[in-house]
Amino acid sequence: MFNKILIANRGEIACRIINTAKQMGVLTVAVYSDADKDALHVHMADEAIYIGPSPSRESYLLGDKVIAAALKTGAQAIHPGYGFLSENAGFCRACTTNNITFIGPPVAAIEAMGSKSAAKNIMEKANVPLVPGYHGDDQSRDIIKKAADDMGYPVLLKATAGGGGKGMRQVWSESEFDEGLAAAKREAMSSFGDDTMLVEKYLTQPRHVEIQVFCDNHQHAVYLFERDCSVQRRHQKVIEEAPAFKMSAKLRAQMGESAIKSAQAIGYQGAGTVEFLLDVDGSFYFMEMNTRLQVEHPVTEMISGQDLVEWQLRVAAGEVLPKTQEQLVINGHAFEARIYAEDANNDFLPATGKLSLLQTPIESEHVRIDTGVRQGDEVSVYYDPMIAKLIVWDESREKALKRLAKALSEYRINGVTTNIDFLYNLATSKPFIEEDIDTGFIEKNHSLIFHDGAQELLNELPIVALYLILSNEKKAHISAAQSNDPHSPWHHPNAWRLNEAHTHVLVLAHNDDEYTVTVEQLFQSQGQGSDVNYLINIDNKQFDCQGTISNNIILVNINGHRSQATISVDENNISLYRENGVFNFTHILPDCGQLDIDDKHGGLTAPMNGTMVSVLIKAGDFVKKNQPLVIMEAMKMEHTIKAPSDGTIDEVFFQAGDMVDGGAELLAFSTDDE
Amino acid sequence: MAKLISKINVRSQDFLDNAAHMQRQVDDLRVKLGEIKLGGGERSRDRHLSRGKLLPRDRVNALLDNGSAFLEFSQLAAYKVYEDNVPSAGIITGIGRVGGQECVIVANDATVKGGTYYPLTVKKHLRAQAIAQENNLPCVYLVDSGGANLPNQGDVFPDKEHFGRIFFNQANMSANNIPQIAVVMGSCTAGGAYVPAMADESIIVKEQGTIFLAGPPLVKAATGEIVSAEDLGGADVHCRTSGVTDHYAQNDHHALEIARSAVSNLNRVKPVDINFHQVSEPQYPSSDIYGIIPKDTRQPYDVREVIARIVDGSDFNEFKALYGNTLVCGFSHIFGYPVGIVANNGVLFGESAEKGAHFIQLCAMRKIPLVFLQNITGFMVGKQYESGGIAKHGAKMVTAVATAQVPKFTILIGGSFGAGNYGMCGRAYDPRFLFMWPNARISVMGGEQAAGVMAQVTRDKKAKLGESWSDAEEQAFKQPIIEDYEHQGHPYYASARLWDDGIIDPADTRQVLGLAISASLNKPIEETKFGIFRM
Repeated sequence: MFNKILIANRGEIACRIINTAKQMGVLTVAVYSDADKDALHVHMADEAIYIGPSPSRESYLLGDKVIAAALKTGAQAIHPGYGFLSENAGFCRACTTNNITFIGPPVAAIEAMGSKSAAKNIMEKANVPLVPGYHGDDQSRDIIKKAADDMGYPVLLKATAGGGGKGMRQVWSESEFDEGLAAAKREAMSSFGDDTMLVEKYLTQPRHVEIQVFCDNHQHAVYLFERDCSVQRRHQKVIEEAPAFKMSAKLRAQMGESAIKSAQAIGYQGAGTVEFLLDVDGSFYFMEMNTRLQVEHPVTEMISGQDLVEWQLRVAAGEVLPKTQEQLVINGHAFEARIYAEDANNDFLPATGKLSLLQTPIESEHVRIDTGVRQGDEVSVYYDPMIAKLIVWDESREKALKRLAKALSEYRINGVTTNIDFLYNLATSKPFIEEDIDTGFIEKNHSLIFHDGAQELLNELPIVALYLILSNEKKAHISAAQSNDPHSPWHHPNAWRLNEAHTHVLVLAHNDDEYTVTVEQLFQSQGQGSDVNYLINIDNKQFDCQGTISNNIILVNINGHRSQATISVDENNISLYRENGVFNFTHILPDCGQLDIDDKHGGLTAPMNGTMVSVLIKAGDFVKKNQPLVIMEAMKMEHTIKAPSDGTIDEVFFQAGDMVDGGAELLAFSTDDE
Repeated sequence: MAKLISKINVRSQDFLDNAAHMQRQVDDLRVKLGEIKLGGGERSRDRHLSRGKLLPRDRVNALLDNGSAFLEFSQLAAYKVYEDNVPSAGIITGIGRVGGQECVIVANDATVKGGTYYPLTVKKHLRAQAIAQENNLPCVYLVDSGGANLPNQGDVFPDKEHFGRIFFNQANMSANNIPQIAVVMGSCTAGGAYVPAMADESIIVKEQGTIFLAGPPLVKAATGEIVSAEDLGGADVHCRTSGVTDHYAQNDHHALEIARSAVSNLNRVKPVDINFHQVSEPQYPSSDIYGIIPKDTRQPYDVREVIARIVDGSDFNEFKALYGNTLVCGFSHIFGYPVGIVANNGVLFGESAEKGAHFIQLCAMRKIPLVFLQNITGFMVGKQYESGGIAKHGAKMVTAVATAQVPKFTILIGGSFGAGNYGMCGRAYDPRFLFMWPNARISVMGGEQAAGVMAQVTRDKKAKLGESWSDAEEQAFKQPIIEDYEHQGHPYYASARLWDDGIIDPADTRQVLGLAISASLNKPIEETKFGIFRM
């Protein structure tokens, strides 16, 4: 075994690898950029080497610096984690040249899988199933039609020059074929000036199921079962699980053996993942092979009881695989939810900021959290905005899923917008529970996950209102106890009034709708605490309520119905976690109008840290409302800033290429009415 | 501590009848106040709101800490006093918490006659200031007033306890470090201009608040100058040019938020120097009081039944229980604060008065606040009692009450007649707060007695002249006197004229006392120096 290894990565995966290395008695070396000088992985490692400025192309992507760091510290091997240099054949080669072990596959395997079309050719030769299709040059109608008939309908006709859905047609039956082909060709010709077509089998409800494989350099290969990663948004996995649901032992064995065949076809060593599309009829087709440890590897670890990083180190050190295929068994069910700093309600726009509050669920044999950040850390613009991976395990899918929802509701992050609520809604949605899942899951269930549309919220509003009242009481109780007049009735925030009802008025907003909630405090027998009744009125509907809160749990009795809910609060934003999802409310406070002093000279500010891509206007320009003014890029996404109203551009403060801090004023703008 | 054991049967017909009777009186009060609390008419409220201003009660709510109680004073002020309807005398006053600090709040209601000062508006404003002064409470004035009500200027402007006294009080409270904060949320014309000008710190709302000694019409009449109200005395003028105000607010909410931070920067510590106990609720529900107070005022009841529903844990250590038993005295706690309770249980005899004087001395020496539960027809009369020295015994009690420097709180729970009112700390004896129950009556003597006395005098006069006076004629003579006494002795009549600080629901007595005692402790309790007790 190695004495010392270097981890050429950051964040949760660097921490994850260091943990295993420590358990194995292997010393660790971290590398870090400016942004990461105080990062968790740096503190956890035995040594750490600075490798450059914050942008990854100037630090984590610089193989030379990483190798220099390894040579300087005497690390015998480099673990690349995922991303960055993990699938970089050049870096792998450089390691070998410098006599450092690359903890991963041989260069040839990385290169073989680097090109998707080349990979498909290799797989075809190795008899690994590919999505049936015809990519031939002979464009005669009969040839294409025969290919379609042979693979069975539905099929997809695509322009080879195509993109963006143009020149593409789904054909559901033989009788529709000619019409579809003609339409697709017409569109392709007019869009691209080229009507060359290909035809592929169209999978109506494909699932993304991948097989974890492991090979050593002693001719052994095993598969550690599958993971279902069908729930994706814009090709990014959201929640992964293992084992896959609706998976027979027979199919598992077929897919596993197929995956091993794929790995062996390229002389694979170490950990790899073979991704398949799984059709409803049980047919599966090779997509690609990832020659690294996957983000979602923990679900496999949870059900197999194996430490995949340990396996990687052992294989890289020349040992044989710790287990044979027969020794590997599936135990229970695991989920992984990726917690990201992103705004799910705003097209998953990446978010940045300081993690002012970070409270995780308690870790146990059922709950595992892989993270690389602590409270107070910054989610910066420079790297992937993943905050943590929440992994849960239980005996069955049903039980594990309940644990996932519970753990998500206990996860509290303030300071940065996260996707936790989105994950919670997803995990508690009926089709997810009922395994009605394919890669189109999020689009199909959008309204269920995002709570689109107006709602009555009569079950939720009283709980939120009561929570606000009770937490105010709790606060008052604490400050009373600290005062030198602790029993004064002035401490009670009961809105007591002489000869009239004691009423609190709360304005709560959900999406864009505002609700006025009045809470009348009833003094039966002058009681306190849970004896107090609250009469809540929403839109002339009355709710007789009692409740108690402890930490983030509220126990309520509303019109005789006792229940409990979890609530998290970030300033004036309140999230209520219910069985059917999370509901976000904003407590609307009186408008103090402080901002309107200079409102007419509305500065337009950057929504986040990022880079100015282009400036579409210049000082002195007159612009129309909603006219695009500048385009910024952050985390590989473009964001257009538009004019809030008709007006004039007074000054522009940034040029294309400038780095911009979130909140910075981008340009000076005067509205038209001045 | 000895627990009071209630002997009331809450299922008896008497109890139920009494309760229903009190409920009607409380309901009547609530209905009347429901209208009064709306302030001015719908049209003037709408006009007020359309200018982007908050209604005065909403201003008070926004000023107060989230969920703070508000102990409002004299809600019935000016009720049926003037030809005009002037709800609450056009001013809202009370104690509430701002930034954790109990403050006196005085808010003009511009929806009532433009917030102008009627004589009772002045009286109510001055009373609120007196409460602030006596209890060392910062004042926050939410100003929105056209100044003195001109048709009534004779009863508003010239005298000692008239308009000018407001500013005299501001200056003197400021001198005693009782902070004066003014928020200008509407007009502050003429004399009214001095409220913000005399304040320690002042805030003004842009495009709403104006301050000037003379408004645009008067300026035009005097000098011919034509100027808008905003240019004459708006927020920009006073924050940027004149320096009359210190803080510039965007709107009402902003102004109140600034006022809140001004209060939280006052650096005040409540000097609570008292041995308080853990609080426990009374053993019996306060709502029982409804059924305890007899419908027929002449029917006696044990006042300990009332005490048992007001004090912590119904614990009451009675003093001299076996002596002078028409006056009940004893030590108790309300919201953990120690109190000495003095309560009537019948007419005052010499022994009861002596006992009362002794007990008040104990409380003054020990710095224990005093609570008077007043239900008194007077001192006992007759040859036996006069020769027994009832006058000097009564004088001892009055001396003790008058000079005791501990905070005193008086609740009129029944009759308040004659010298009994003095001995039991009536308004003239400077209780920190005085509240009435809706069933209470106050006058120099009972209507029947007064009519009887006057009838006797008339009969004697007629007898001297040899005129006859039939029983029917006597009854016709007495009836209007009885009615007059009943009318003028009614709590609504009393409260309208600020003979008290307000009418309270009997079930709220404990809460009101708790708030009042706590507020009073903002001022350290002083040493008492008694006068000569006639022995």
